[in-house]
Amino acid sequence: MTAPIIVTLTVNGEPVSQAVEPRLTLVDFLREAIGLKGTHVGCEHGVCGACTLRLDGVTVRGCLTLAVQCEGATVETIEGMTESGAMKDLQDEFVERNALQCGYCTPGMLMSAAELLERNAMPSREEIREQLSGNYCRCTGYQAIVDAIETTARKRGALGR
Amino acid sequence: MNDRSAMSVLDKPNSYIGRSVPRPNAKRLAQGRATYVDDIVLPRMVHLAFCRSPYAHAEILSIDSTAALALPGVLRVVTMADLQDYCTPWVGVLDHLKGIKSAPQWPLANGKAFFQGEPIVAVAATSRAIAEDAVDLIEVDYKELPPVTDMETALDPDTPVIHPELGDNLCFERSIDSGDVDAAFAEAAVVVEETFHFNRHTGVTLEPRSIICDYNPADETLTLHMSVQCPHMSKNLYAKHLGLDEDKVRVICKDVGGSFGLKIHTYSDEMAAGALTVMLGRPVKFIADRLESFTTDIHARDHRVTAKMAFTQDGEITAVEMDDITGIGPYSVYPRTSGIEMNQVANLTAGPYKHLNYRVRARVVFQNKGVMCQYRGVGHPIAVAVGEALIDKGAAALGMDPAEVRRRSFIPDDAYPYTSPSGAIYERQSHRQSLDKLVAVMDYEALRREQRVLRERGIYRGIGFASLIEVTNPSPAFYGVGGARIASQDGCTIRLDPTGGITCATGVTEQGQGTETIIAQIAASAVGVAPGQVRVITGDTDVVPYGGGTWASRGAGIGGEAALQAGKELRRNILEVAGAILQSAPESLDIRDGEIVDAKSGNERMPLAELGRLVYFRGDTLPEGLQPELVATKHYVSRSYPFAFTNAAHACLLEVDVETGLVKLLKYWVVEDCGTVINPLLVAEQTRGGVVQGIGAALYEECLYSPEGQMINGSMADYLLPMAAEMPEIFVDHVTTPTETSELGAKGVGEAGTAGAPGAVMNAINDALGPLDARLSHMPFTPDKILRALGKT
Ligand code: FES
Ligand code: FES
Repeated sequence: MTAPIIVTLTVNGEPVSQAVEPRLTLVDFLREAIGLKGTHVGCEHGVCGACTLRLDGVTVRGCLTLAVQCEGATVETIEGMTESGAMKDLQDEFVERNALQCGYCTPGMLMSAAELLERNAMPSREEIREQLSGNYCRCTGYQAIVDAIETTARKRGALGR
Repeated sequence: MNDRSAMSVLDKPNSYIGRSVPRPNAKRLAQGRATYVDDIVLPRMVHLAFCRSPYAHAEILSIDSTAALALPGVLRVVTMADLQDYCTPWVGVLDHLKGIKSAPQWPLANGKAFFQGEPIVAVAATSRAIAEDAVDLIEVDYKELPPVTDMETALDPDTPVIHPELGDNLCFERSIDSGDVDAAFAEAAVVVEETFHFNRHTGVTLEPRSIICDYNPADETLTLHMSVQCPHMSKNLYAKHLGLDEDKVRVICKDVGGSFGLKIHTYSDEMAAGALTVMLGRPVKFIADRLESFTTDIHARDHRVTAKMAFTQDGEITAVEMDDITGIGPYSVYPRTSGIEMNQVANLTAGPYKHLNYRVRARVVFQNKGVMCQYRGVGHPIAVAVGEALIDKGAAALGMDPAEVRRRSFIPDDAYPYTSPSGAIYERQSHRQSLDKLVAVMDYEALRREQRVLRERGIYRGIGFASLIEVTNPSPAFYGVGGARIASQDGCTIRLDPTGGITCATGVTEQGQGTETIIAQIAASAVGVAPGQVRVITGDTDVVPYGGGTWASRGAGIGGEAALQAGKELRRNILEVAGAILQSAPESLDIRDGEIVDAKSGNERMPLAELGRLVYFRGDTLPEGLQPELVATKHYVSRSYPFAFTNAAHACLLEVDVETGLVKLLKYWVVEDCGTVINPLLVAEQTRGGVVQGIGAALYEECLYSPEGQMINGSMADYLLPMAAEMPEIFVDHVTTPTETSELGAKGVGEAGTAGAPGAVMNAINDALGPLDARLSHMPFTPDKILRALGKT
């Protein structure tokens, strides 16, 4: 353990400045220091994807990133993405298709899915499954999640988005 | 007992039963606005971490916590000696499991550690990180004892006895000998035999076990925020073992991040959190990390089964004999015991079939590994896989189609109610119909043709079937008769609010399966409003009627029936009030879409909101003598059968790469019969999720232990799980045979997917490899095992 370091960053559009222990992970920082509980912890190991969020526009694992590495960075979480409406259609489709049961994997799943749809507007089912291969879900069996993402892509295509 | 008359809400045109209504509570989860236990922060809350045994079996010689205590932020460091006055031990036995025995278990090890990961010392600190730092500073002196890990030799005379006071390492034994097994085998045209290994695996809920215990010494109340399936059971157990007044214990269970049976058991570390909150008088939080989850969550299966099956020349099964041994770790888990899984294997193997000659010897043994207990499917995956694999083997020996052998051996449709040779009573099942539908939807004949063509080209595809029965809607026969205070009845309280809205509190619980949604659908249909008008409250023992919660696939069948009866009662009450106000006979009125209407014409008479306004605020204007009652409570317990058995037919299509040993799942089909389907969307998703957990058991998941009893793959990187890329598309269809035990007619569906998949996958792999004379029966079917079966390594 070493002395706390001040880190200044933007979280969901809000400036944040806090003293943190160098060992504190970004996901723990968000959950404990900022009170943003939407990003979850499943393995603290980079494997399950429950902590998936955006750092400077890139999808990362919140449990493999240290808060002190985020000096000057922009972080977006499920809460920010919800508020901006950036993936409202995707979220609605998850609910409609029952692509979530316990919901613990869902914020991370949605962050991964949103990234895929930005990169590839009309992914095949195989490509969707491939993209989700770093997101563990114990409840759904994945098919409903794949359906929801595929339907969102199709609807966006029809709207010319 | 069943009054499914013409007036039944199930048949009304505005019934919401049978509709694919999405879950209103899912929105919250999709927006990151759920409340899991770890999201809750209470004033002055402290965090727990544990020093755990690194050994599978050891005596604790001394504990030095001086350095840990000196760490700033550490509030208390305790061993079992410190908790003696705060918590009594527990023993996982039930009266109706004759002869079952186990040793007392404590919140912290009491002199000896019996498995790797058993908690020895608890540290309470101002943060989890500090508590973990302090754990690293604790010094424990151990004397290693010889570990007993191999269940096959656990009962050998020269194997050390884990709990000497028990006399031996046998926890429980059961035998069945029904009919004339020896004669049946002697007369059989074909006898097949095989030894199966069912890997020890575990639940891996994405949200780990989580608890906050909050004791208020001023009024001696204990509030537990728990990720749990059965709040009332926990209320009883924490009161009992912490020596508190049960009526002053409240369990609150908001969102649960997966449970699957894992979160219905008593865990030492959670009970230690209970003891510490009483000791400290402030809230204590414990959230298991992933290593703690792997080593101390209950594990499941770990069975070796040797079984044989006899057939007539016509392909009818005449006898089954089997020997099952299972290793459960050092304790039978409290309060449900670790004897139930074996009991289910003994009760249910070859359950769909009409053979009358059945012999079982099953033994449950102690060992120095993690504890084993009830997890999704409980025994069914083993019973199904054993029976279904032997049928396929028999079909091959007879030169018959495996689907045809099943058809010939099913209990005949006109034989129900039927008592199986193990004593299980089946109300009514649809095996033939389900299998016929399955064979049609998968286009079985075409798949067989394709398989033959592909084989010529060196591509090995396999088709595997599994027909199954599943225990659901349990009566007190499961636990209550054994002395456990685990409710099999459940209740529902339903209320008309002044707004015209309906509030419904139920004892069954939500873990994402959709309980709240189906309760709303049922209540809405029973009263006569839209489901959106119904708010459902679950998971708070101060608020909901006393009930069992979620286990053994009981939510829809038991909780649903209570909601239906409560809703009907409220409807009667409302119509009585409306009749008095409107000066009409109550029977001439109906409630549709939140309006009181004329039953015949459908003409609107009064909105429910207006009735609410009059009743709650203008009692002075009501007809004389009228005392309206706009709250109704009903309970339901299954009486006429001990269980409602569901049935299903599964099929798996896969391809084995005979060069690499890799299995590619191509497609999966399920035709299930859970009786009345309340919400087809939710039934399908429960089935899919269940199938994927069964696939995990068949192909990937295994808790690997060293000979010393160390779990060697306790991380998500090392313990393989089913992921999206490898999972097949799963087709789900239904046959509907409502149970006559309730008006609703619903049976459970949460576990049947997990019950069938391991057997179907095993049969498909063996079907694929049949032409190469390779056969597998040791799960999980890893590439390495497949290559070995093919003689390639
Ligand atoms: S918690 Fe970060 S990947 Fe699992
Ligand atoms: S919905 Fe429970 S883990 Fe995905």
